[in-house]
Amino acid sequence: MSVLVDESTRLIVQGFTGKEGTFHAQQAIAYGTQVMGGVVPGRGGSTHLDLPVFDTVEQAVRETGANASVIFVPPAFAADAIMEAAAAAVPLVVAITEGIPALDMVKVWAYLKGGRTRLIGPNCPGVISPGKCKIGIMPGHIHLQGHVGVVSRSGTLTYEAVGQLTGLGIGQSTCIGIGGDPIIGTTFLDALQLFHEDPGTHAIVMIGEIGGDAEETAARYVKEHVRKPVIGFIAGQTAPPGRRMGHAGAIISGGSGAAADKIQAMEEAGITVCSSPAEIGEKVKSRL
Amino acid sequence: MKIHEYQAKGILGLYNVPVPRGEVAFSADEAEAAAKSIGGSVVVKAQIHAGGRGKGGGVKIAVSAAEAAEIARKMLGMKLVTHQTGPEGRIVQRLLIEETLPIDRELYLGIVLDRVQGSPVFMASAAGGMDIEEVAAKTPELILKEAFDPGDGLLPFQARKLAFGMGVPAASVSAAAGAMMALAKAYVAKDCSLAEINPFILTKDGKVCALDAKITFDDSALYRHKELLELRDLNEEDPLEVEASRFGINYIKLDGAVGCMVNGAGLAMATMDIIKYAGGSPANFLDVGGGASADQVKNAFRILLSDPHVKAVLINIFGGILRCDTLATGVVAAARDLQIGAPIVVRMEGTNVELGRKILQESGFNFTVADGMRDAAEKVVRLASQ
Repeated sequence: MSVLVDESTRLIVQGFTGKEGTFHAQQAIAYGTQVMGGVVPGRGGSTHLDLPVFDTVEQAVRETGANASVIFVPPAFAADAIMEAAAAAVPLVVAITEGIPALDMVKVWAYLKGGRTRLIGPNCPGVISPGKCKIGIMPGHIHLQGHVGVVSRSGTLTYEAVGQLTGLGIGQSTCIGIGGDPIIGTTFLDALQLFHEDPGTHAIVMIGEIGGDAEETAARYVKEHVRKPVIGFIAGQTAPPGRRMGHAGAIISGGSGAAADKIQAMEEAGITVCSSPAEIGEKVKSRL
Repeated sequence: MKIHEYQAKGILGLYNVPVPRGEVAFSADEAEAAAKSIGGSVVVKAQIHAGGRGKGGGVKIAVSAAEAAEIARKMLGMKLVTHQTGPEGRIVQRLLIEETLPIDRELYLGIVLDRVQGSPVFMASAAGGMDIEEVAAKTPELILKEAFDPGDGLLPFQARKLAFGMGVPAASVSAAAGAMMALAKAYVAKDCSLAEINPFILTKDGKVCALDAKITFDDSALYRHKELLELRDLNEEDPLEVEASRFGINYIKLDGAVGCMVNGAGLAMATMDIIKYAGGSPANFLDVGGGASADQVKNAFRILLSDPHVKAVLINIFGGILRCDTLATGVVAAARDLQIGAPIVVRMEGTNVELGRKILQESGFNFTVADGMRDAAEKVVRLASQ
């Protein structure tokens, strides 16, 4: 079992004909994801990678029966692309784009509120259910089908953790990159709820970083509800306060967001917190 | 992007937030002229991108234009150290000369992005003039909050609620609420990530005024505010960080001896952490970006090696899709072109990793190839301490 995406996922690519859209669509197809086509305003009626291109998401959904969309649209137009997908009632939207203005995301947030569309990201690597479906920019080959759910704010650090798991022969149910921005669709809490309810997920890896208090909120949920083993790591234990560490959301400010507070909250919730990023795989193994 | 107080007040003024009469001065002569045109006693404020200037001697009152010139002469070029600058301080190169005002009460106004509510949130507190982070930590009940929709702005009733909540006298509530709504308007119009007035004062004659102002812009939104780019003061930024930003490299200088080059922000932070865990200390945060092309690698190398404290370098690239042979070729070319002497530990993962390792080992350079993050960190810390 897995969450969010599997063999039944039918994907469209917004920003299909761009360099990133093209490359990662090819990678997704090679992995076995059912890519139905893409959306590029003004290119409707043409084909790309032998797949149909549509002018609007609505058309694409109507003609292909797509139930997921991935967004490779440049930052200035990405918020609009997300809302277009939501308006077309696409249940799952994965926004890879980095650098969307925060106030654009405020608008998206309000637009999605109460609706049926789940947003992953933006500024994220995407989501993969190994052996079934890959949506995003993560390297498919490092993953192994199995029963550990992985949720993370980072891209390459997630690959690092997944690489360690696969190296130890521990497979993953689904890996969700929730993104490094301050305002994101799916949070740690949402992802933990999904894994908690998924019978195919037997343990959860949660990789946080400095900034905000989403890890603390998720830790409270774990304490109250989750009986599966949860293993965590927080990046940025040595990061100086007041500096933005690459990700727009990775900053210790206003007296919150420090790694130590997150680690404490997680440990109090019974989460096994790794002090070194090199021991994520081993700690998971010890809790299985 | 951060800007100076006088620039922030200029923007707030455009949106009708009341600000003191004042002028920027780059020399003692300009300070004297500004003080003359303002008239009466003035306050001379050092303009650096850091708080705590008053305690560090960066804010002084002058009763005459001549005294303003005298103070300006001393302040310009001085190294101002505050709790936010670190021990190295900042050189003062600009001053703000402003009228003095009869302060009755000091309040706090600020707007930040609330991650949980997914909207901007207006914060107001009667505990103005103090470090707001300290107020938040010790007496959070003294901070009033109102989330608002960027499209609607801070609504009049919300502004009144905050004003009454801070105990603003009825006669001044309308002026205070107007200033708050104007601040919210400026925050949205200029895509700020932080806008703060501390203190926001009530004067003895019942007026309101932004005595200090701090604005930080959302870097991701600067593309649609070309007019703001000229407000950037490169003197306030680390020259290496400025250089890195030109190549789309995220670099933050730290004070350790192990330089690191990593792809991805999360892995870059984790690499810093594991260096510390292995007993060393990172010299920098450096994210070369997702692609990590040969050119990016070379630029990153050049920048991180410009820091004289770097004794050894750790390259940690988890490419996945990225081909390691391409990366290794780039690393070797950069080492050759830049004539790098420092020991370099390379840890890479991705397609063709074996071929990549072979290229490094046969290059004739002082590369140590590591297997995994732990091995890499231990090796580089050992090399840095030799």
